Amino acid sequence: MASYAADKKHKRLSDNTKTSIFLSPAFVVLAIFFLVPMVLTIVIAFTNLALTGSQAQQLQFVGFDNFVRMFNDNQLYSSIILTLIFVFFSAILGQCLMGFIIAFMMKGKNSTFRRIIGIAVIAAWVTPEVVVGFAWTIFLGDSGTVNNVLTFLGQYLPFLPQEPVAWLFQYPMVSVVVANIWRGTAFSMMAFQTALDDIPTEVEEAAIMDGASRWKSVWNITIPMVKGTIVTNLLLVTLQTLGVFTLIYTMTGGGPSGSTMTLPVYMYQQAFVSFQLGYGTAISLVLLLIGAIFSLFYIKFLKVKI
Amino acid sequence: MKNIGKGSLIIFASTLLLAACGNGNGESTGEDTQNGATSGNGEEVTLDVTWRFAGDPDNIGDYVREFSDWYSDEQDEVVINPDPITASEGDYFSNVSLSLQSADTAPEILSQDTFMISADANAGYLVNLDDLVADWDEWDNFIENIKDGVLGEDGSVYGIPTTTDSRGIWYNKSVFEEAGLPTDWQPESWNDIYEAAEMVRDNTEAIPFSMNLASVNGEAVTMQTFQMLWYGTGETMYDEEAQLWNVNGEGIIESFSFIDEIMNQRNLGPSLSVAINQNYGSVIMQDMFPSGAVAMVLDGSWNMSHFVEGGTAEFDNPEDEIGFAMMPTQDGSGDGFITMAGGWSWVIPENSQHHEESWEAIKAMSTEEWQTRRAMKEGTLTVRQDSAESEEYADRPFVETATEALNYAHFRPKHDLYPNISIFIQNAVEAVATGNMTPEEAAEDYRNNVVDLVGEENTY
Repeated sequence: MASYAADKKHKRLSDNTKTSIFLSPAFVVLAIFFLVPMVLTIVIAFTNLALTGSQAQQLQFVGFDNFVRMFNDNQLYSSIILTLIFVFFSAILGQCLMGFIIAFMMKGKNSTFRRIIGIAVIAAWVTPEVVVGFAWTIFLGDSGTVNNVLTFLGQYLPFLPQEPVAWLFQYPMVSVVVANIWRGTAFSMMAFQTALDDIPTEVEEAAIMDGASRWKSVWNITIPMVKGTIVTNLLLVTLQTLGVFTLIYTMTGGGPSGSTMTLPVYMYQQAFVSFQLGYGTAISLVLLLIGAIFSLFYIKFLKVKI
Repeated sequence: MKNIGKGSLIIFASTLLLAACGNGNGESTGEDTQNGATSGNGEEVTLDVTWRFAGDPDNIGDYVREFSDWYSDEQDEVVINPDPITASEGDYFSNVSLSLQSADTAPEILSQDTFMISADANAGYLVNLDDLVADWDEWDNFIENIKDGVLGEDGSVYGIPTTTDSRGIWYNKSVFEEAGLPTDWQPESWNDIYEAAEMVRDNTEAIPFSMNLASVNGEAVTMQTFQMLWYGTGETMYDEEAQLWNVNGEGIIESFSFIDEIMNQRNLGPSLSVAINQNYGSVIMQDMFPSGAVAMVLDGSWNMSHFVEGGTAEFDNPEDEIGFAMMPTQDGSGDGFITMAGGWSWVIPENSQHHEESWEAIKAMSTEEWQTRRAMKEGTLTVRQDSAESEEYADRPFVETATEALNYAHFRPKHDLYPNISIFIQNAVEAVATGNMTPEEAAEDYRNNVVDLVGEENTY
């Protein structure tokens, strides 16, 4: 008996050792490419490291100076608010909602129809962000498609603009939000597609037969059944959108007058255009904090275990 | 059987992993030997030459390739490898700052804007050229005040000037004729500019006066627009001796007022969708200005390359259609005219290899013959006294006025935080141009930003 227990313990130990050995390459890679940069980022945020100039040679610790500077920085507060606006409209309201609606409408339809819509939406998603940025800049330009269509129709419908509208200049936040929704909806759509397809149609039909309206059946039955997917999707899309940089930078460059200067764009400007790496990294910690707050909020509020 | 299968799988996987790691190391040493790390035993040395590639026409690229062919004919040991960075102006500097940090990425010869030299030297990125230049007899042929631009904060030479430039007011002669203005126009005060612009506005369809205003256009806004105005009021941005930044000067408000008058009060400027645009520069100088849609543009002398043979808006007789006038001071006082002068230079990154070979190549590119060729190709102004006097150079359209403006040249402050402060100016200029801030508010905004950044004790 004792030897059997000892054998089992021995086997468990060697199992664990084997596991550790096999996992070690992965740990090493994770450590080098994720852990070390993360730790470095946090460390650099407390220095005044610069890309060039005398502060590029030595790493000088300045304690909380960067954070004090952020506290007094008006541009930072407006960047935070702009980021929140961008995330709310583009990620939560835009991508998640649209993704759900598209997936819901495609449920149970003709597979060719689904395939066509699916490809169209996914094509937008796989296009490189820079290309999307440039395409939308041209699309919204003075002689772009949107203005061409509007001014053409404007000849007949007086409430439409008669002259081309400088979208990127007059409504920069709207333009960027719409472009981002266009780009990212595919992800939510695919997530919800899988989840909705798993729901047997009998459940909804049963509810309708019991007298529930279409809307009630969606709200009280379908949605709770995909709750897990909703939270995961919200989390992922929010975190992705918090980091959107290329799209905004190519479309508006953060302007005009800083009206689309979200945290990633502001970070880039400080770190790479003003060469203040220390300050830029400190701002990135703010972004990290916001991401963490969103995540906690979703998990707590929607009461789902990840 | 199962055990053998598992075992061989483990061996296979670990071999793959090791091979991948091994390859990684092998690649980097491979690159090192490619860069000619084996100098001194007669093997070929390759010098990577980097500049900013901004799309065709690639004047510098053509020049470097021409030089490379000639240099290969002249000697056998060194090969020049053109290795440009494709980037917008702002991104080029960040790219360069990153690449100068490591021996793996630093090129042997780098084209750097002179205003970055002092910061780069402070960072230890550049080789000090004092001794090399002391032994070089050609150094005396370089224009004196241009040499000032390549000094670091410690007064040592860190780069060899290649080009310089001035800024002024380009004007379209056909539009001027239509407006009833003289075609050999030279304003002597800001009022002269307002008058000419108003005549264009009242008598033609053209946009009277255009300048760089969008913060996305970066340094162009500071140097081609704001400093041209501010330094024309008799003030400067930074007192080099006392090491204090000017934040309270009247000239700041007055410069913002000029922008406000042109764009908002008198309606003499372009529409915002033209002005606040990433592509402002190319749209105006290569399309709207040469075609007569814009009458006057405050911009740099290098734009002449668009209007001469090979340019995108080529004219048979450029000086018949286009004029280049010097920018006047605010009321004609002081020197009467003003320009900011910049310029580029070749620098040798500290982290590169083959410093001696790089120096030899740079000397070869800096002879009178090659310097003149460079200025002709790029449409820039030359930095050598003798090249400036050569006939074929001086005969080029607009060169005379552009060179004359250099007599009134000011240079940007040599300070590590200059790029940061320049951004404050760019944002304030855009705010005034779009009507978001009054000139007084913009001046206050600028003052607060600079004080926050450098501390009140460093301002005046």
